Amino acid sequence: MDAFTPWSALAGGALIGLAASAMLLFNGRIAGISGIVGGLWTPRAGDIAWRLAFAAGLLGAGAGMMLLLPDSVASPSTRSVGAVAVAGLVVGFGVRMGNGCTSGHGVCGLSRFSKRSLVATLTFMTTGCVTAVAIQLLAGGSL
Amino acid sequence: MNLLTALFAGGLFGAGLVVSQMTNADKVINFLNVAGDWDPSLALVMVGAIGVHVVLFRFILRRPSPLYATAFALPTSEHIDGKLVGGAALFGVGWALGGFCPGPAVVSMPSGGTHALVFVGAMALGMGAWRGVQSLTTPSPNPRVTSDQPEGRASNIHG
Repeated sequence: MDAFTPWSALAGGALIGLAASAMLLFNGRIAGISGIVGGLWTPRAGDIAWRLAFAAGLLGAGAGMMLLLPDSVASPSTRSVGAVAVAGLVVGFGVRMGNGCTSGHGVCGLSRFSKRSLVATLTFMTTGCVTAVAIQLLAGGSL
Repeated sequence: MNLLTALFAGGLFGAGLVVSQMTNADKVINFLNVAGDWDPSLALVMVGAIGVHVVLFRFILRRPSPLYATAFALPTSEHIDGKLVGGAALFGVGWALGGFCPGPAVVSMPSGGTHALVFVGAMALGMGAWRGVQSLTTPSPNPRVTSDQPEGRASNIHG
């Protein structure tokens, strides 16, 4: 079975760690995606352009990497568009309420040994696993 | 200059998300579904990212300031409350339901996939909904700064 991909996961993770470090070194900012993107909902003068620039980098990387590694960008084959729409709503609400997601809490926060981020990360890993397992058990993995 | 560096950091971040396959929603679901055909790969994304950042972070913060901003904007709150736990709990549910977290969803948009586009659109609505709830429950017209994210602080340093 070729599902386990430890080396690309570690290498991609290292790139993410470098990116978070670059953001801190150059801009003095935490590379938390939900905070950077979500901050566009509370726009303040002088606080918008850098968020858009970071988002443009994400989009540019997505476009460029599609050509190199098209198989790595894949939609969930076991989830309906309706389920994904509900998921987007819940994620958008939750990451703003909890002030972070996998990047801000999981990568940046844990690297800073933040107690808040440790609690948040353990919480979303737990509810994520419980939800995925529940969908597997109750709906056969498709929803 | 700080726009170019933000663009660069975003590009590097996005490349890492694709290389690690965080953008592969089925792989995310198989990572979270520990009772199924479990694929633990994505745990190593966090290992790789933290392994690099936990070291570089400390070197960077020895500097008096960032290279292209006047001050570091770091979260200072250590307060653990229901908002933090409730928000994180909701995020986990949505992550497993859709297979996307915010970064990979944005990175997947140029692929044109319906799921990614729908997810990001809904996510923007969800973020706006939280903003609405907050403005209803916050009596002061000024946005309160209680967040763990730095956007409430030093908001004028890039002005």
